[in-house]
Amino acid sequence: MEDRPVSDKLSTSVQWEPIIVAFFCNWCTYTAADLAGVARMGYDPNVRVIRVMCSGRVDPQFVLDAFAHGADGVLIGGCHPGDCHYVEGNYKTLRRYHLLRRLLRDLGIEEQRLRLEWIAASEGEKVSKTINEMVEQVRALGPLRLSRRFKEWDAELASLEAEAQSEEVVAHV
Amino acid sequence: MSEQRNGHVRIGVYICHCGANIADTVDVKAVAEYAATLPGVVISREYKYMCSDPGQELIQKDIEEHAINRVVVAACSPTLHENTFRGAAERAGLNPFFVQMVNIREHDSWVHSDREAATVKAKDLVRAAVMRVYFHKPLEKRRVPIHPEVLVVGGGIAGIHAALTVANSGKRVYLVEREPTIGGHMAQYDKTFPTLDCAACILTPKMSAVRAHPNITLWTYSEVVSVDGSVGDYKVVVKRKPRYVHEDLCVGCLQCIETCVYKDSKFDDEFNLGLSKRKPIYIPFAQATPKVVVIDPDACIQLKTGKCKKSCMEACVERGAIDFAQKETYEEIHVGSIIIATGFQTFDPRRMPQYGYGKYPNVYNTLEVERLVNASGPTSGQVITRDGRVPKSVGIVLCVGSRDENTNRWCSRVCCMTSLKLAHLIKEHTGAEVYIFYIDMRAAGKGYEEFYQRVLNEGVHFIRGRVAEITDWALDPSEAGKLVARVEDTNTGFVRRIPLDMVVLAVGLEPQPDAHEVQRMFGISCSLDGFFLEKHPKLAPAPTYTDGIFIAGLCHGPKDIPDTVMQAGYAAAEAIALADTGFFELEPNTAYVVEEECSGCKTCVPLCPYQAVTFNEEKQKAFINEVLCKGCGTCVAACPSGSIKQNLFEDEEIYSEIEGVLAYA
Repeated sequence: MEDRPVSDKLSTSVQWEPIIVAFFCNWCTYTAADLAGVARMGYDPNVRVIRVMCSGRVDPQFVLDAFAHGADGVLIGGCHPGDCHYVEGNYKTLRRYHLLRRLLRDLGIEEQRLRLEWIAASEGEKVSKTINEMVEQVRALGPLRLSRRFKEWDAELASLEAEAQSEEVVAHV
Repeated sequence: MSEQRNGHVRIGVYICHCGANIADTVDVKAVAEYAATLPGVVISREYKYMCSDPGQELIQKDIEEHAINRVVVAACSPTLHENTFRGAAERAGLNPFFVQMVNIREHDSWVHSDREAATVKAKDLVRAAVMRVYFHKPLEKRRVPIHPEVLVVGGGIAGIHAALTVANSGKRVYLVEREPTIGGHMAQYDKTFPTLDCAACILTPKMSAVRAHPNITLWTYSEVVSVDGSVGDYKVVVKRKPRYVHEDLCVGCLQCIETCVYKDSKFDDEFNLGLSKRKPIYIPFAQATPKVVVIDPDACIQLKTGKCKKSCMEACVERGAIDFAQKETYEEIHVGSIIIATGFQTFDPRRMPQYGYGKYPNVYNTLEVERLVNASGPTSGQVITRDGRVPKSVGIVLCVGSRDENTNRWCSRVCCMTSLKLAHLIKEHTGAEVYIFYIDMRAAGKGYEEFYQRVLNEGVHFIRGRVAEITDWALDPSEAGKLVARVEDTNTGFVRRIPLDMVVLAVGLEPQPDAHEVQRMFGISCSLDGFFLEKHPKLAPAPTYTDGIFIAGLCHGPKDIPDTVMQAGYAAAEAIALADTGFFELEPNTAYVVEEECSGCKTCVPLCPYQAVTFNEEKQKAFINEVLCKGCGTCVAACPSGSIKQNLFEDEEIYSEIEGVLAYA
């Protein structure tokens, strides 16, 4: 896609701002975020919410994909244990979350970049608090921006390859 | 279908100003201009109110004239207007599921103040939707039939009114009440404010009407133990506790109570809050409905030891209604909708020890005083203290367990008026000097302020200040043998000590102690205060987020009787409308298995809480029963081969949303 206009804050490396992708379940956390809006409980604009019916729909690959595409943090919001609209989807999320954090650690991604939070439909304030906390935490960790690192690594690999090739040429001569 | 008109995707993007709600914080023009540059976007517009008729017509016209086959509306939350815009698309001949909403109000303009950042966010979200909508497919809404029967849980005034309203419309109602009688808290009140009409006189005819109604099945002394299914067909199991008396045989002659081996009543009478005593076999109160006695298994000698001469049975030998072998039974019913009216409990003032409730016998709560002033109460309507005196001075303390950071933060709404009413009644019964200690007098309601003026003119003393302490420590002879309220009178600026013979604590209203279990059983939500959560605080105060489940009365939050009755009628109207429509349209967001790709690993089978996923041994493939699937997507996320798809939430759709919000990261 075309380049973002220069005025856009997030694209300028001087003023790096974290981007958090959030997966919110339709019944509890998405509704709580709506409530936060209705009650004008402001929070940092760094979060992008993707609605799913249940936190149980959050495939671990979604999280990895978000990181791969450049998210600095991923937040998953579901109903409190026992309150899931689909009985126990959130328990499945919890299990996946713990495994996923281990996987992230092995991949060299700080575990704190992934957060799972139970936020009930009435907890608008918790949405705003959680997002602010998470933005603060990810800001302290610094940029992840794997998407850019991928480009850097690709470039590095390409230059190494070119170097190796030219050395080969020299050796043959 | 029109979406194939041009053989390729043509997206229309519509950015709503929502008056100033969005436009003040988000540069809607810039977002629309930006959206126009996105691949696949043919038309991008901004408009003041997209949800208005002209706004919707704009979309319809574009679909018809410009062959738009995907619609992205960036406006408010999809929970508000998704159906509005789907309807617009449908009217123009486009499948409604080609519409995607972007929440740039609740999730953007209302929570951010930095215009630039909010605009960037709006662009990101719009881009994600544009990329997502590309993968949308035409879907059909699913219709489920609605059982016309309705379950009402709780037999207080809310449940009674709701049950009668539904029953009057010709539908069968099951009314389940935990206590041996219906009536709830209202049956305990003496008079009702501000008209001072007698609570029993207006309530008991409705109770009898419930009992007599051919469409109402009344199950008292019963509890809902499980709820399965969903809107249209809830399978509910009700436990009927043994009252050791056959309801259909007992005629309420009460001779069994007379002849009980206990000559004196010695067990606390729950209806009178322990201010009087009853026998092991009892009737809660004279107008109890059904008028059937009940035996307390913790008090009855026969039930405790099996060694009683059973004089009650002898008294009832002709009808044989008493049956000590009675066991609990379970009833299974199918209903289309449920009205929850489970009520409240009063705040336990022992949690505020400074007021001496439970320590000083002459400190009462408002409910106890309701019984004292009631002509059929424990003292036959005489206001006398626990030590047998007619009080000469009475103090009523407001906001006990309300508007208090240490206990409950909310205003319980009825205590001001209840206290005014009790002040009037106590004065009428005893001629005592009555003091009301208040923070603010809240008398909003029809005729309420006038009643407040009336009580003011009757000479009740109003002292503005929160009582610090109730003590029996007399500092001078005038206080000897009395209780003393220590209070800062904020109108005069003095700390005062007021000697009192009787103290009434106007206790606040709280959710039932088992509200959370009820909430979980029915799959609804609670507000932060523990009361049940309504679907919308203004426009849907009786429906819940769970379709087919409605709430009424105090289980939803403190309110007075008129408001309770109104909400109960509203809940009943919703249940009737649902039953009369006969069907309910469900989101087509169910999951299905792409058989060719399924490896038969069975990972998905145990994940489904509804047993919708089964395994076809013959084909060695998983199978999802669309009727049972509720569309959570848990199995979709777990499928290792990606062969389960969820309509409206397909992998491609979510991946493109992820890519969309992160396009510039």
